[in-house]
Amino acid sequence: MPAVSKGDGMRGLAVFISDIRNCKSKEAEIKRINKELANIRSKFKGDKALDGYSKKKYVCKLLFIFLLGHDIDFGHMEAVNLLSSNRYTEKQIGYLFISVLVNSNSELIRLINNAIKNDLASRNPTFMGLALHCIANVGSREMAEAFAGEIPKILVAGDTMDSVKQSAALCLLRLYRTSPDLVPMGDWTSRVVHLLNDQHLGVVTAATSLITTLAQKNPEEFKTSVSLAVSRLSRIVTSASTDLQDYTYYFVPAPWLSVKLLRLLQCYPPPDPAVRGRLTECLETILNKAQEPPKSKKVQHSNAKNAVLFEAISLIIHHDSEPNLLVRACNQLGQFLQHRETNLRYLALESMCTLASSEFSHEAVKTHIETVINALKTERDVSVRQRAVDLLYAMCDRSNAQQIVAEMLNYLETADYSIREEIVLKVAILAEKYAVDYTWYVDTILNLIRIAGDYVSEEVWYRVIQIVINRDDVQGYAAKTVFEALQAPACHENLVKVGGYILGEFGNLIAGDPRSSPLIQFNLLHSKFHLCSVPTRALLLSTYIKFVNLFPEIKTTIQDVLRSDSQLKNADVELQQRAVEYLRLSTIASTDILATVLEEMPPFPERESSILAKLKKKKGPGTVTDLEEIKKERSSDMNGSAEPASVNASAVSTPSPSADLLGLGAAPLTNSAPPPASSGSLLVDVFSDSASAVAPLAPGSDDNFARFVCKNNGVLFENQLLQIGLKSEFRQNLGRMFIFYGNKTSTQFLNFTPTVICSDDLQSNILKCNSICLFFGFCALCSTKVQ
Amino acid sequence: SCGDKQEWKDKGHAASLCLVPVSLCPPTSLSWCRGSAWTQLQGLKSSSLLLFSGPEIHFILLFSRQGKLRLQKWYTTLPEKEKKKITREIVQIILARNQKTSSFVDWKDLKLVYKRYASLYFCCAIEDQDNELLTLEVVHRYVELLDRYFGNVCELDIIFNFEKAYFILDEFIMGGEVQETSKKSAVKAMEDSDMLQETVEEYMNKPAF
Repeated sequence: MPAVSKGDGMRGLAVFISDIRNCKSKEAEIKRINKELANIRSKFKGDKALDGYSKKKYVCKLLFIFLLGHDIDFGHMEAVNLLSSNRYTEKQIGYLFISVLVNSNSELIRLINNAIKNDLASRNPTFMGLALHCIANVGSREMAEAFAGEIPKILVAGDTMDSVKQSAALCLLRLYRTSPDLVPMGDWTSRVVHLLNDQHLGVVTAATSLITTLAQKNPEEFKTSVSLAVSRLSRIVTSASTDLQDYTYYFVPAPWLSVKLLRLLQCYPPPDPAVRGRLTECLETILNKAQEPPKSKKVQHSNAKNAVLFEAISLIIHHDSEPNLLVRACNQLGQFLQHRETNLRYLALESMCTLASSEFSHEAVKTHIETVINALKTERDVSVRQRAVDLLYAMCDRSNAQQIVAEMLNYLETADYSIREEIVLKVAILAEKYAVDYTWYVDTILNLIRIAGDYVSEEVWYRVIQIVINRDDVQGYAAKTVFEALQAPACHENLVKVGGYILGEFGNLIAGDPRSSPLIQFNLLHSKFHLCSVPTRALLLSTYIKFVNLFPEIKTTIQDVLRSDSQLKNADVELQQRAVEYLRLSTIASTDILATVLEEMPPFPERESSILAKLKKKKGPGTVTDLEEIKKERSSDMNGSAEPASVNASAVSTPSPSADLLGLGAAPLTNSAPPPASSGSLLVDVFSDSASAVAPLAPGSDDNFARFVCKNNGVLFENQLLQIGLKSEFRQNLGRMFIFYGNKTSTQFLNFTPTVICSDDLQSNILKCNSICLFFGFCALCSTKVQ
Repeated sequence: SCGDKQEWKDKGHAASLCLVPVSLCPPTSLSWCRGSAWTQLQGLKSSSLLLFSGPEIHFILLFSRQGKLRLQKWYTTLPEKEKKKITREIVQIILARNQKTSSFVDWKDLKLVYKRYASLYFCCAIEDQDNELLTLEVVHRYVELLDRYFGNVCELDIIFNFEKAYFILDEFIMGGEVQETSKKSAVKAMEDSDMLQETVEEYMNKPAF
């Protein structure tokens, strides 16, 4: 059948489209379009009312012009008029126009909503379908306000036609997504759950989509859907291919519905034993089917079948409770790792990453290490290689860390630039985590710097220095290795930084060897000096003064360098200052003072690796790391902040005690792991043993409370009745705190008693606590003196 | 003059979309830059912390090999400028990929699933944790529906009957979720709406402007 006259074909439209296509240039096209716009404008403004067909045609032309990429600023009214036509095709075009060219003119919105209301009430399923579609397409707040109450009723009414039910379900879903507050749960929810038993599979599909989203915010309301979903899934999976007729897709029974049901099940934890048995059977059936020979050679068949399989595996991983299933899933994925189709290899690598973090399947995943390494080396597709890297990272543990790190370093040499930083972070984390022998760790980091120096972020090399300083056994090795690495003709600046620092601290450990005598060390470093950026040079200057302390024999050499004009008169203020001060220090300080000032760095306190924090930040919030790390997060305290003595209110503003000495990874965690303390306050945590004496903060005052870390005055708490302000002043070892209570109501507070609670050990520090209650005006004042 | 389809077919762009996608060889892919959002550590697919909160499909784009947009359907609200920018970007990314690449591209925090049928690229943007393989079949199903409706559908059909292409899509996907997966029902709904079946003569008597 010729497409042109399919249904109510609009000849004028076809001609117009043809004209546009025949335009030889952009200018010609614009000219033709403007001509048409003028034509349409005049027709719309014309005296005689346009008939439905013409209106439809012109509105459609406008739509076409818009979709070409030109702006349209009229036609909305005519489109809205089309909505009230009784001819389906005219309505259709009207709805299409307003769904695509959404207009926020309130008058139009009112008219549109009106038309929709009429169509919904019309009892004509095709008209209702159109209206519901429009709401789902536009999903604006105004529409939600107008219709969110009505659609659930349509959805669960007994006499609604199946097609309308489907549309209503998905329409409601859209409204819920955009305006969840306007779709409250109600009686209809249990009826929606019941739709899972409907005999029309289209209705079941739509209902499943709806429930999956709703269940996440309201799991209790929809938990009965779990058993229904399982039985429905079970029936589909065990059905013969002729049973589901039109819902069978290339010999796969209802793949879309199966996948949706599996996703619904992923919103809930593993079900009760009765249901769980059936579900396990079901999943086993799916896994079994994957092993059977395919019923068709077409890629559609295998895609659909594997889509269901992968979703089933996702569910198995999510439940993480049936070791047998997990291992089978792992084996299945293992087979896919070597499949000829790249898509499947890609997906298998991706899924296996999650499997790697489950304790049941971790070992099973490790057995595939050779295949994954091979994939890393031979895959032509970069994104597949990247998945392989992710998987290696996930499956890494003490037994294979060395092998995996070596492979990742290998890969790093040729990796895509955009992914190098992540790989560097991962290698650094693995090397630290699984280092049994820290010389290996030092080697690995230095290798990282050598291979991908530009992508080695600060956290990484700060960390290696931290570790070297904290571990006596590796200091000599580090000094030696770094010294050797620096001898390479071209070395990365990060290496100079690390080398400079380490030699500054531990150069004496290798100074005995004539090949690394003090002078040689100094000359080596200084030869790189002019090639480095300012921060590195600053670091090197510090190293030089440390050398003055460590190696008095080269003191004059170093002083000469410091004295040179290029240092003392350096354009950069920091360098100049350091040069001047270090020179002076070396001249006037006695050896004792010098030794004290330039003493070896003390070990750093143990804290969570900031590298991990950085990696998490890169990965975005809400991601899961392996189980160990979650546990680690939950138990890490807030960077062991120290003291300020304080009552359940502000603190003396000292520089934050958790500030790292070298600015190493200040913020503990940037992802969404919830802080362990319930009152969410850094300072209250410190007194965890006296937590009982300290009342938790009132809700809503957390922000205000936190502000008092940096300021002395301000509002501590406020609600509709009461405002509490704080003013504190401190002098030497005494402090005074005023707490103001403001009565925001117009009635008097009676029996108003402010109380100061603090832990016992602080109680002794409070000198005086006055309560002067003044009720004139609206203010009460209470002052406390704290030492 | 607007002859019948045969004439247009001769002018090119008429290769039938034909349900066998162009490349069946084991693909290799150029990963496009994974963008600023590495939302998956260790390639998590459906971790329990990631919720199915967005629509399954965020948008669908159909474009020719010259980058001309033939259909655009958006299932989230975005300003026009943003849509144009996204379209340009994505068309560029996909056209740059060669025959041997795979069907999935990481883009921002979404995944692009695309397939080429004759001269048209069909591209769906889905949430990161959605089922990629099934989305490929969503695309295929849409092409089947078009084919059933138009008979040997080709790009020209979609150009000249763009509104029908939207209507067919609407029967199948609503609010970004697959609605009706039964081929029969979807096509029947379309055919029902074509209540007016005119003859070619009647059509030719209609005004040409």
